[in-house]
Formats: sequence, structure tokens, C-alpha cells
Amino acid sequence: MENPYLPYPVCIDNIVTETDDRSLKTFRLVFINPEDRDNFVYAPGQFAELSVPGKGEIPIGIASSPTEEGFVSFTVNRVGLVSTFLHNMKEGDIIGIRGPLGNSYPWDRMEGKNVVIIGGGFAFTTLRSSIVFMIDPKNRSRFNNIRVVYGARNPGMLLYRDELMAWEKRDDIEMHITVDGTDDPDWKYNVGFVPSVTEEKITSADNAIAIVCGPPIMIKFTQPVLEKLGFSPENIILSLEMRMKCGIGMCGRCNIGDKYVCKDGPVFSQAEMKRLPPEY
Amino acid sequence: MGDKIFTKQGWVESLRGLAGDYMVFVPVKEGDMYAFRHLDNDTKVAFDDYHNTRMSPKSIVYPQSERMFEYSLDKQDPDCNILKEVPKTFAPQAIVGIRPCDAHAFQISKRNFDTPEYRDPWWVQRYEATTLIGLGCNSPRSTCFCTAMGGGPFDEEGLDVLMFDMGETYLVRALTDKGEAFLGKLNGGRSADKTDREAALRLSDHVRDGMPDVVPVDPIRNKEIKDIFDASFWDDVAFACLNCGTCTFLCPACWCFDVQDEVYGREGDRIRNWDSCMFPLFTLHGSGHNPRAKKFQRVRQRFMHKFKYYVDKFDDGFQCTGCGRCVQFCPVNIDIRDVLRLMSDEPPVRLSA
Repeated sequence: MENPYLPYPVCIDNIVTETDDRSLKTFRLVFINPEDRDNFVYAPGQFAELSVPGKGEIPIGIASSPTEEGFVSFTVNRVGLVSTFLHNMKEGDIIGIRGPLGNSYPWDRMEGKNVVIIGGGFAFTTLRSSIVFMIDPKNRSRFNNIRVVYGARNPGMLLYRDELMAWEKRDDIEMHITVDGTDDPDWKYNVGFVPSVTEEKITSADNAIAIVCGPPIMIKFTQPVLEKLGFSPENIILSLEMRMKCGIGMCGRCNIGDKYVCKDGPVFSQAEMKRLPPEY
Repeated sequence: MGDKIFTKQGWVESLRGLAGDYMVFVPVKEGDMYAFRHLDNDTKVAFDDYHNTRMSPKSIVYPQSERMFEYSLDKQDPDCNILKEVPKTFAPQAIVGIRPCDAHAFQISKRNFDTPEYRDPWWVQRYEATTLIGLGCNSPRSTCFCTAMGGGPFDEEGLDVLMFDMGETYLVRALTDKGEAFLGKLNGGRSADKTDREAALRLSDHVRDGMPDVVPVDPIRNKEIKDIFDASFWDDVAFACLNCGTCTFLCPACWCFDVQDEVYGREGDRIRNWDSCMFPLFTLHGSGHNPRAKKFQRVRQRFMHKFKYYVDKFDDGFQCTGCGRCVQFCPVNIDIRDVLRLMSDEPPVRLSA
């Protein structure tokens, strides 16, 4: 019988330290068995369980895009037992991954639409996946204009800085990078919290879907802004986090009402969330 | 195969004759309580005197602790850090004397572990290897309310065989192919006649008549989740609760689990253990945020899961069988029937005598 708890073995191929405080690293993983690589078919917004033998598993959003072939990558914040151990592992070490898990952003519904991406802090990972996916030459024509608001505490806490700069230079994606504050006199982007920058820069909700992923406080204060801009609850898409173990809707801990974040989510529309208790 | 009649002694002797075919579990007395144990030659079987076991038999299909994978952490080992399934066999086993409420609980848990998208390999294979031989309840306890949950003291749902305690004898009825196969391996017994069957029917009808009425699902299903979630009674319900987890531990229909890695030198196991929504760690995020940090939130989760979320998700009754263990063993006398009444705005569940 197929065992949904058995991870695929992968090799850590590359590690990039993303932030100045070194609390976030991106791990590029390569499948050891080619058939596992072929089975791991995902869409932006999904996550996987990273399995560190001897320590345990952690659910992490997939930061790479399906258009990037040959590897999957994950940006991991160092907070607990597993993530701290993982941060000390080296290129060439073996871990496991289990997935892809959960639903994805609603790509069918987003076709032909204007896409607004709103991210905060280290939750930008699946949004990075989404942007890379959308601006790929094979996909770009499937979406109308793409606007991005991305904020971090300070410039040193922004993820994927080289890519952000490259996207800034493109004319087929509108970037609004912001920081809560900075002492860098040469900072040429925005200063301010994500909700207020959103209100200032995203002036139209016409034919648009907004994807929001960030810390709970950002999600909380961004929703009213989007509502004011005219986004309907169906067109505000949220990606949520929860403590998880199984990732397949069985172990019972990640529920919000009758939905499991791991299996029914992690992506929900604001319309769906309105009928559920605010227990997240 | 028609119903059969066994003398009580003959039944136990026949069960002993199954040793080569099944691992047989039966209720035995341990101290003041009862537990399901492996039947061997000197086991004193407690069919006659037990109401129910303290621990539910769920652990026979779903062990409290189960090794999932094993691995080497030795860098010299070419398979270092590669998880391997722990080899297991799922030999035929039978739980003889299981009460109908506990068999009903396996039907409830099956919805969680055997889904269209994923199948839990250990639960499913062990469940499929298990034959459930129920013993109808001639004298339910004051804490029993199976009928309120859609079951009954002689309910057949989830059972492969049903036994009626007729005093000196058991009337034994196969309900499924699995049950037929089990009875086919038993020696002894005679065919039941019309008088036997009528006596069994009278017995089961009589016991059922003394039990609480069914609690309708509709009043709860028709409410919005948030209306019950935001109700004012949760603080009162949770006031005395110690979050000890006895209720979830004993519950035959509670299935939540944790997964942990354990390391011994240069080898390790991934293990899953029963877990409980009563514990703050159950939902604690790595960031320190906890969506159910407060006691009343965890108490509310247990009841909301059983009586609302499960109802909304599966649309087939409650995630409770009315076995009454949580009522009987709660150290602060929280009664799930009272909470159900609060949630449904229904009249109190009528207690059995």
C-alpha cells in the first residue's frame, strides 16, 4: 500500500543565506531518485513537509516555480528544533521531502485577470514561486497586469534581493517594495507598512484577484484596505499557516472550523474564511 | 449461515481453538477495571460481568504508539538519512466481546484514515485484518447514551458478528462475510431455532426501550459554525476542566496523533503517538503564536469537532458513539451530554436508569 508519510530522499544542492540577520536560508533540493522528481508535480501556493531524520518534519511553502526544472527550493526561517538543525546542515547532506501538499493559488480563476500580489516578511516564498511562474515566457500572456507589494522590516530582511532588483527593471510587472523603516539614506523604494502602501499604490480592483500572504497582523490589516479598494471576498485570496504534522488531513491539529489548513488549504478565499471561526 | 447457539463455556472453548487462525482479544478483569487482552489457555474471560473496558479497543487497530520509519544517522552508511518503512505484518485478529458503541467508533475513524485522496497504511491494513465480534449490552450503564448517537445496545453497524447473552447461552449471528468466515472456523454450537431468535429480539427490544432517545443532528447542522463557536456557554463548560486529556485518551472515536523522531545512538525511529486537542502544544506554532492558547478554546475544539465540524464535513451523524467513558472518568464531572444539549438547544438527553 502506498505510504503517504514516506518522504522522497533529496540532496541539499545549494544553500543561500537570504537575510542580513541570517535567520532565513533558501535550500535548493535535488531528488535522488528521478521517478520521485517526476512524481513531484506542483503548482505555486502548495507546500511540502521537509523531513530531517532524527529531528522531525516542518511544513514549508514551495519557493521555487514549476517552470524551474531539476530542483525544488524552500526558504526556511530558523525558529525551532527542525529548522535550527536544518540551518546547520551542509550542501551534499541528505534530507527528505513529502508532498506536494495542500491546494494552490487558484490559477484557473486567475487566467486573464489582473493579479495583485501582497506579501510581508518571510511569507514571500510561495509568492516568489507565483511571480516566477507568471513572468515565465510560456505563461506571461495568460495573465493581465501584475502588481506586487512586498514589505519587510528593513532592507536587510527582504528575501530574494537580486530577483527583486531584476523585476524592478522589467516593464511587464509593477513592483512596490517597502520597508517598515531604514537608516539607509540611499533607500530609493517605499517606507511604510504593507497595508498603507497597498492603499496608496494599488488604485484599481478592476478585473483583479489579490493574493495575500504574510504574518497574521499584516493579513488582518490588509483585508479592509482591499475591501475598500473594491475587491470582493471571492477575489481576496489568503494563504495561511498552522502547526502541522501529517500534512494530509489526518492528525487533526491544523483545523479552522471544519477545514484542515493542510488539505483543504493552505489557500482560502476571504469568502470562505468569513464563515469559519477566527481561530488561526 | 443461520444464527447459532453456544453454551457460554463452549463458546470460550471454541474461541481458544482459533489460536492458529486469529489473534483473539477478549475482555478481562484487571484490578477494578476491564481491558481487552490476548486470549490464551488460562485467560479468565469477563464476558459475563463487564459493562465495558476502561480503555477503548481502538489501540488494537491504532496503537497508542507506533513506529513508522527507521533510519541510520551514520555518515558511513550509504543509506544514511534515508527513511525505511518499519516491516510489519497484519495478521488476522478478532476482538470478541467488543460493545456495539466501540465498533461504531471504528466506522467513524475510518472516515478520517481511509479517504479518497490518502489512505493511512497502518490503520487501514490493521482494520482490514480485524474481525469485530460484538456483544450486545443487556444492562447499559447510567453513563451510556449510544441510542442518542444513532447507535444502540444491539446495533449491528460496524460489527461482523453480534452475540446475544441469553443467560446460559449465546445466540451468535454473522453479519458480514468476514463474520461468516470467523464463525465457519469455530467448532461446536447448534443452529438457533425460532424460539431462540424471538427471545433475542425480545431482549434487544427491551433493553433499547430503556435507553435515551436519538438526538437529532439537524438542529446543529442547520446552525452556522460561528453561532455555536461564539456562544456564551463555553467559559462555563470549560471552567472546571483541567485539560488532563482523559476524555480524548479514552474516547474510541478520537483519532488525533503526533509524529516524533527518536534517536538512539546512530539510529533513529519516526514514531506516531496519540495526541490530544486538550494540550496547548497541539497547536503551538514555531513562531510562538498559538491559535488555541486558552483552555476554553481547547475545550470548545473538542466539542465543536465531535458535534459540529464532523457533522458538517461528513454529514453522517456525530463523532461520538455514546460509550460514556468521558462522562464516567472525567475528574471534574464534565458531561458531554450537557454540552451537546447546550449546542443543540435540545431538551436534555434522557438518562437511562
